[in-house]
Amino acid sequence: MTDAALPANLRTMRRFDWASDMNARRIRRRYAANRRLQAYGLLAIGLAVGLLGILISSIIVSGYSSFFQTKAEVEVYLDPAQIDANNLADANYRQIFNKALERYFPEVTSPTERRQLSDIFSSESRYAVRNYVASNPEQIGQTIKLSVPLSDPFDQAEKGVIPRYVEALTDSERARFEFLAGRGLIQGSGADATLKLNLFIDPQKVGADPATGNYADIIADGLLAVVRVSDYVTRSLPILRDDATRVLQAHVVANPDTVGKVIENFRFPLSPNYAKLASGETPMTLNQRFASEKQFEWLDRLKSQGLIGMPFAYELFLNADSRFPELAGLAGAIVGSIYVLVVCFVISVPLGIAAAVYLEEFAPKNRWTDLIEVNINNLAAVPSVVFGLLGVAVFINFFGMPRSAPLVGGLVIALMMLPTIIIATRAALKAVPPSIREAALGVGASRHQVMMHHVLPLAMPGIMTGVIIGLANAVGETAPLLLIGMNAFIPSIDNIGLLEPATVLPTQIFSWADSPERGFVARTSAGILVLLAFLVLMNALAIYLRQRFERKW
Amino acid sequence: MLTYVFAAILALTLASFVLGWRRSLVVSDGNRRNLHSRPGYYGSFVAAWVGIPSLIFVLIWLALQGPVIDRLLVASLPAELTANLGRGPMDLLVSEIKQVAQGNIFGQPSQDVVEAAERYNRWQSIASWSMFASALALCLLALVFTSSQISPEFRARQRVERIMNWLMITCSVIAILTTVGIVLSLLFEAGRFFNLVSPLEFFFGLSWEPQIALRADQSLGAGAFGAVPVFLGTLQIAFLAMLVAIPIGLYTAIYLTEYANPTFRAVVKPVIEILTGVPTVVYGFFAILVVAPAFTDFMTSLGIQASPNSALVAGVVMGIMIIPFISSLSDDAITAVPRSLRDGSYALGATQAETITKVLLPAALPGIMGGVLLAISRAIGETMIVVMAAGIIATLTLNPIEPVTTVTVQIVTLLIGDTEFDSPKTLAAFALGLVLFVATLVLNVIALRIVQKYRERYD
Repeated sequence: MTDAALPANLRTMRRFDWASDMNARRIRRRYAANRRLQAYGLLAIGLAVGLLGILISSIIVSGYSSFFQTKAEVEVYLDPAQIDANNLADANYRQIFNKALERYFPEVTSPTERRQLSDIFSSESRYAVRNYVASNPEQIGQTIKLSVPLSDPFDQAEKGVIPRYVEALTDSERARFEFLAGRGLIQGSGADATLKLNLFIDPQKVGADPATGNYADIIADGLLAVVRVSDYVTRSLPILRDDATRVLQAHVVANPDTVGKVIENFRFPLSPNYAKLASGETPMTLNQRFASEKQFEWLDRLKSQGLIGMPFAYELFLNADSRFPELAGLAGAIVGSIYVLVVCFVISVPLGIAAAVYLEEFAPKNRWTDLIEVNINNLAAVPSVVFGLLGVAVFINFFGMPRSAPLVGGLVIALMMLPTIIIATRAALKAVPPSIREAALGVGASRHQVMMHHVLPLAMPGIMTGVIIGLANAVGETAPLLLIGMNAFIPSIDNIGLLEPATVLPTQIFSWADSPERGFVARTSAGILVLLAFLVLMNALAIYLRQRFERKW
Repeated sequence: MLTYVFAAILALTLASFVLGWRRSLVVSDGNRRNLHSRPGYYGSFVAAWVGIPSLIFVLIWLALQGPVIDRLLVASLPAELTANLGRGPMDLLVSEIKQVAQGNIFGQPSQDVVEAAERYNRWQSIASWSMFASALALCLLALVFTSSQISPEFRARQRVERIMNWLMITCSVIAILTTVGIVLSLLFEAGRFFNLVSPLEFFFGLSWEPQIALRADQSLGAGAFGAVPVFLGTLQIAFLAMLVAIPIGLYTAIYLTEYANPTFRAVVKPVIEILTGVPTVVYGFFAILVVAPAFTDFMTSLGIQASPNSALVAGVVMGIMIIPFISSLSDDAITAVPRSLRDGSYALGATQAETITKVLLPAALPGIMGGVLLAISRAIGETMIVVMAAGIIATLTLNPIEPVTTVTVQIVTLLIGDTEFDSPKTLAAFALGLVLFVATLVLNVIALRIVQKYRERYD
């Protein structure tokens, strides 16, 4: 092809030099952009997966300790003088338990110490004694071994969740000390550590008699001249030893001529915590959750006798809710969840499958069925909390059903699940090839017979997979159940019924997450782990069903 | 009692199935070929007529029994007891009578109450027994009538199929009834709310303090129901969630559809989908356990005092939840772009990145937009994360490190605990619910429209 054959506009265009440096740079740039996009993609995936990892691992880390419970093996003498075999309910089991503790710690006699001792153990230890006696009345008069849970702070301390001792000084207190030390005002270490201050002995503050002057104010003023902190902190003089004012007073009384003058470099002894800081140690103090260091002494003595253990906490699954974290369990919530799920299953699965079969196979195409279809698609996207409002307004207010009842919860969740089940069933029905239908129709089956005898059985595995995944979502549903009051406090699983107040796993988790005690944090995480395990099981079942029964046509 | 009723109906239904079956064999003179339909259909026909009407009857009876007996009870109370009683005290009285009737006696109930409780118990048992009797009578009547119809020419299959058709239609209509129920209950209760509080104040008022007056003359207790701060908080948290979810979700989708090899995709996609399967209450706890303390520590290290239940924390955690939503919808949108567009771009010498940003994304944009709209509707309707991680007090602020509240948080806090259906506090929850319902509905309709239109263009 010659130049003359090209159109005029191309003839005048400069030839592009593909081998030029500029082009090489351009290609490098384009490839770099490609790699960059790829890297962003990988980064995004890493973030998503990493966040999932943090989510799961943080809950495992905080929750696994709840699957174990620190317990003490205590020998209890079931004194026949205290327990009347004919009237078991009236015995003073607290006293019996405290008597048992006395045998281990005979030196503990004062009422305060006794209370501190019994605080180590769960406050419901007496019920443990009572329950034992109730189920073994023939043991009265014997000495039995009883395993009682420790109370929450000690349980958490044994697990290492909370420390026995914490740093005595706050960050700002330490910073203030560092500031003084940086000025060279702190000297010596250990018990000899001192703070030197210039003090103006204000005659007005000393007053007429040096023995009764307001020396605390004088020291505070001296301190204020060096550190600018709030009056309140300075006046309480936490950095100085308790007798600081008396030291100054003694000095002024001994040297009355100092009144009205400035004493330079007066040395005050430091309070013990700051003295430790001056010698490079970290001052520690007992964690506020514990009443006394003796409690640890007693606990450690029991431990050295091998009486303290940390067995698997069956109570987590056997106990119902409790105000005490060490006794709270999931049994009530699990039973409630099962009730709600059963109600939901019984209502939503037949309804959903029937509706889907009608819409997919029998419904004529007209405005009505279009409306139903649009409606179902939109219903699937309605926020769950709106279903809760429906439950409150219709089931509880209008029909007068009881609040917090699993029946109402199941109904609300069933209505919520209905679109999901209908959509899943329709997809499964669509997947059955037309040849099956045509063959059945060809041998003379009615449309209902085709459906019931051929299509539905073939679609069943797909339907069940959809149903199980839908149910798995229903197990974790919280907001609508919260609105109808299913966060009830259920301390016993004895009278849970369809119309009795109940709670479910997710709302139990929500209530525990709201509780202030430290032990409930671990309990909440443990509840979440149980819930997640439940979900994993259900999803695994769905995947198994799909792989085992799914047919490729 | 109720259990026995249902058990009796079930047993009668099963029995009548067998009876119908037998009856058809009897009328066929021992030759099944004389029958129009297979014997099972005769059985099903009888069983359906025995079971379904009586079941419906019992359900209607149950729905009416409570209110009717309450009405009778109130009417039977001595006039001096009920005179000058408003609706609230009257409800209290009725519930006291019911408590006494159940044997839960607190304090010393008056003689009238005890008598009323006895009456109540008597009526309850009369009602239960008459329900039992009438249901049984209905069953037997249906049994006698339908089995007398059975003859060899009787078209049992067609009859049964027609019943099944009606049953299935009823089931599909329940989906509509649910929507109608939602709309009606929201409209009705919101209407009552707007009778007490003007809609102008609700939609444009700037202060939200929905406490109720403990005394009528309390000055502060009237409550303020200006929902603008609540709406603003909702939008703010949804916006923050999108800020997290859209980039991560979109880049994830791009990588998985265009760069990843099949094995990587097969592993990573389900792992990310796990994020949708995690219940939202878990995200809420994650927010207060990990994200909020980390966030406040970080802000303190910058010297800024941040509240632990700030909008940012709730928004970020909600964003994490929404990532898989955006990624799978964008994934679908990108894969739906026809092969020819992609091949055309490669043929012109474009790199993968250029193909994605200049060809695939513009082509997939409507689908992605639809997905984002659906995600936004999900975000504003999400409840548990914000209930646990966001604030309760409505502050009018755009600062993401301050606590804000959302529509769903307010619905939950207003309705948790005892609910009285005549205070604006409770009714406000329904007004908020109505706004939430309409907003999500509009978002969904638009999103579905966009997605559908876009699909049509390429099909």
